[in-house]
Amino acid sequence: MKRIRILVAKPGLDGHDRGAKVVSMALRDAGMEVIYTGLRQSPSDIVNAALQEDADVIGLSILSGAHMRICERILELMKEKGIAEKPVVVGGIIPHGDAEKLKKKGIAEVFGPGTSLNHLEKRIREVAGDK
Amino acid sequence: MFDQKKLKQIREELDQWQEKEVDRALGKHPERSERFETSFGESLERLYSPHSVENADYLEDLGFPGSFPFTRGVQPTMYRGKLWTMRQYAGFGTAQESNKRYKYLLSQGQTGLSVAFDLPTQIGFDSDHEMSDGEVGRVGVAISSLGDMETLFDGIPLAKVSTSMTINSTAAILLAMYVAVAEKQGVKPEQLKGTIQNDILKEYIARGTYIFPPEPSMRIITDIFEYCSENLPLFNTISVSGYHIREAGADAVQEVAFTLADGIEYVKAAIDANLDPDVFGKRISFFFGAHNNFFEEIAKFRAARRLWARIMKERFGAADKRALMMRFHTQTAGSTLTAQQPQNNIVRVAYQALAAVLGGTQSLHTNSFDEAIGLPTEESVRVALRTQQLIAHETGVTDSVDPLGGSYLVEYLTNRIEEQASSYIEKIDELGGMIRAIEEGYVQREILDTAYRTQKEIEGSDRVVIGMNKFTSEHAEVPEDILELDGLVEKKQHQRLAELRETRNADSVRKSISRLQKAAENGENIMPSIIEAVSNYATLGEITSALKDIFGEYTESVII
Amino acid sequence: MNSNSLTNGDELSLSKALSVVESDRISARRLISSLPEKHSLVVGVTGSPGAGKSTLVDHLSLRFSESAKTAIIAIDPSSPFRGGSLLGDRIRMSRASRSGKVFIRSMASRGLVGGLSPGIYDAVDLLGRCGYGFVIVETVGVGQAETDIVNLSDLVVLVLAPGIGDDIQIMKAGIMEIGDIYVVNKMDMPGAEQLARRVKSILEFAGIEREIVMTGAVEGKNIDKLSDLITGKLNKLKKNGEIENSRKKRTEHAELNAALFAVREAATEGVKLEELIECLQKLREGE
Repeated sequence: MKRIRILVAKPGLDGHDRGAKVVSMALRDAGMEVIYTGLRQSPSDIVNAALQEDADVIGLSILSGAHMRICERILELMKEKGIAEKPVVVGGIIPHGDAEKLKKKGIAEVFGPGTSLNHLEKRIREVAGDK
Repeated sequence: MFDQKKLKQIREELDQWQEKEVDRALGKHPERSERFETSFGESLERLYSPHSVENADYLEDLGFPGSFPFTRGVQPTMYRGKLWTMRQYAGFGTAQESNKRYKYLLSQGQTGLSVAFDLPTQIGFDSDHEMSDGEVGRVGVAISSLGDMETLFDGIPLAKVSTSMTINSTAAILLAMYVAVAEKQGVKPEQLKGTIQNDILKEYIARGTYIFPPEPSMRIITDIFEYCSENLPLFNTISVSGYHIREAGADAVQEVAFTLADGIEYVKAAIDANLDPDVFGKRISFFFGAHNNFFEEIAKFRAARRLWARIMKERFGAADKRALMMRFHTQTAGSTLTAQQPQNNIVRVAYQALAAVLGGTQSLHTNSFDEAIGLPTEESVRVALRTQQLIAHETGVTDSVDPLGGSYLVEYLTNRIEEQASSYIEKIDELGGMIRAIEEGYVQREILDTAYRTQKEIEGSDRVVIGMNKFTSEHAEVPEDILELDGLVEKKQHQRLAELRETRNADSVRKSISRLQKAAENGENIMPSIIEAVSNYATLGEITSALKDIFGEYTESVII
Repeated sequence: MNSNSLTNGDELSLSKALSVVESDRISARRLISSLPEKHSLVVGVTGSPGAGKSTLVDHLSLRFSESAKTAIIAIDPSSPFRGGSLLGDRIRMSRASRSGKVFIRSMASRGLVGGLSPGIYDAVDLLGRCGYGFVIVETVGVGQAETDIVNLSDLVVLVLAPGIGDDIQIMKAGIMEIGDIYVVNKMDMPGAEQLARRVKSILEFAGIEREIVMTGAVEGKNIDKLSDLITGKLNKLKKNGEIENSRKKRTEHAELNAALFAVREAATEGVKLEELIECLQKLREGE
């Protein structure tokens, strides 16, 4: 099995990082390399890090409701930088309708509250294999 | 608490009961689990009886409501006299929209306001700053200048309502705006009632809206303490918050321990700033979460009250009764809400709220059932408020003080939580105090370990979450009614700010900002110059960035 | 992978090449040897967790980037359990990463008993050939990694800070001797002066003459002093030709490390010794 590298970031100003940290620990324990970039990352910080780190997957955690704007901007910048093929997954409090819209825009997967870590790991392996 | 002879007899009969009754019952039906335990990992016994609390001394450990150590409550008559303040945390979009929601809540019988600010306001960015992109008006109301604050409280009599503001690293600025708005309404600072959260330490630990490094942050906080003790004597200048620590994954013991350890740090800082703990102690309030484990939660509130009274008395030598009593606000636990089968959350919130009331809270926020899905609607907010009113007026639990006092289980848990929290506090003392413990990442790591363990328990179904890992529905329910934010909030704010920057007196803004910087540098109290700056319509972002020049910025520690 | 885009400074190509380096040594060697030989000055930064290494590296990299292209390799240990890892050093490198002037790559050690994986030697080699004048390698000073960092670097900066109990461990473990420069970070904290004195007396006792610099990484204090000291020493190494020895040592250890790694991997997969020797020969020919 290939060792997956995933970049986990908290975009925007939201400081609730319990989810991002617990997920990072779980993915590490599942044998992945997790690059954790911490709080208050701008879309360009995240895209730049994903490029330099050659992450297989980009994972975003957003609980502040700013997901639409942030994801649009990140997808845009990824295209500009030539890494549009990397899958992006998002976790947080994302209303159902928004989740559908995000997927249409190119977000590979949206994880809502109550997602199990097993499911999360499985889906990340799947989207990492998709590219 | 009990006669020794009687105790011996009870113990003997208890042993007999174990051997005869219990063993026979177990032979027929084994128990549901081999081990039952508390949220903090201690094993629970089958039955609690007098011997579980045999070392307790009624007068020393429990006493009477309204008397040291306040285990049974802070008022002699508690809810027979006055019910708790029903205070729903609200705020979203523009100041105008939030103002409308506040007026609605007040018309529905809510008795205090609780203002939620958006993240840019909490972190010191104006709505038109690039870091604010997408965040304006999201998790609360957007306030960039005194103009916004005037709109927010338009038509709300500040002399009458008490206002709680969830604001921390920019608390000094928002408080200054509040004072300035009040003045325009003809209300004097000494009439103002309310609370600012102003608890920066838990931001480093759990909530993340810090700006400056700990040292200057603590200095700003003591400036606020000092200013308020002279000018806003009725205002609670800090609400030491365990809520976010708990939401970040802590268990009940950690919630009490880390919150009180933060409290200790603030009292130390106040004493260093020459404030009298007997005076200042009256202006500290606390804020806890109410979680699912019913009796443990009730015990938690009682233990926290007793431990704080002892700390204030023994460690800081406070003597004034009001400085020893812990008054607190409670919010039901957001992290326990599920997106699956959201109506179940109404029931969860009700039990949690009941625990808060049985634990003797002074004010309460009940969560809306749809908060795991998005922003609460007017209907869900009403149900949440009605939940409190139901407890207050229909259940009868308010008719006697501390109705669970004397329950062997509750008293035992109260003792255990106090003991365990005390040993955490000792450990933090050994590390050199809470600031050091945070800088070293000790506190964050302890919480994260618990959070990870809890998540694993849920995954392994060792911890049942109805609708999520047990009694799940096959079809995902998609709630239809979700509050959609006006997409124009950000634009409106940009426009307002642009107009403001056009029309205000740029020269007086510049002058007041440079006066503020001088005060910050010289170690003078910065509150008067912040009030001057906001009155001249200097924006929140301008003031924050002027202070960043002097104080620097904080980066999180790497803790995983 | 186009070797032109690599030498032209295209970050995306470099990033992908580094992934090859980490996953497939034979292709990596082929790729690297297709590029003209060029060397970076390699600065190893090590010390106990929480000493402030990443923040120091954040500042230093920006200083270095004023005179030459600079990259950071931030190494965190792989977990022995299923080999995953949490790479969190970027959190503290926001200045460098936002400046757009420094290339930062996080790597898991993936090595033997805590040592560095052969991929890290190759990564350093690759960065040199891609025109990076400075490479800063940050490792946690525990296990085998601290001797590896000596073999990998032209100069080692050992970072200590007051109040972290591990310092005593470090001194006991004899790691104290690996530094070319000693930094006592968090200089304003109580115990900093005392720690500096202790380090000084330990070094004196061991008969080692080294410089000790006090810094405040968070506040940016004494960064210039440290930066100048490092570049000064590196220039001296270049002038007196010692840098060549250091590069030779690096190449030798890269080989040795790779061989050990291959033996270890083969052994766990039950490969016979003869096959292994054959494998190693192939690896050599791959160059």
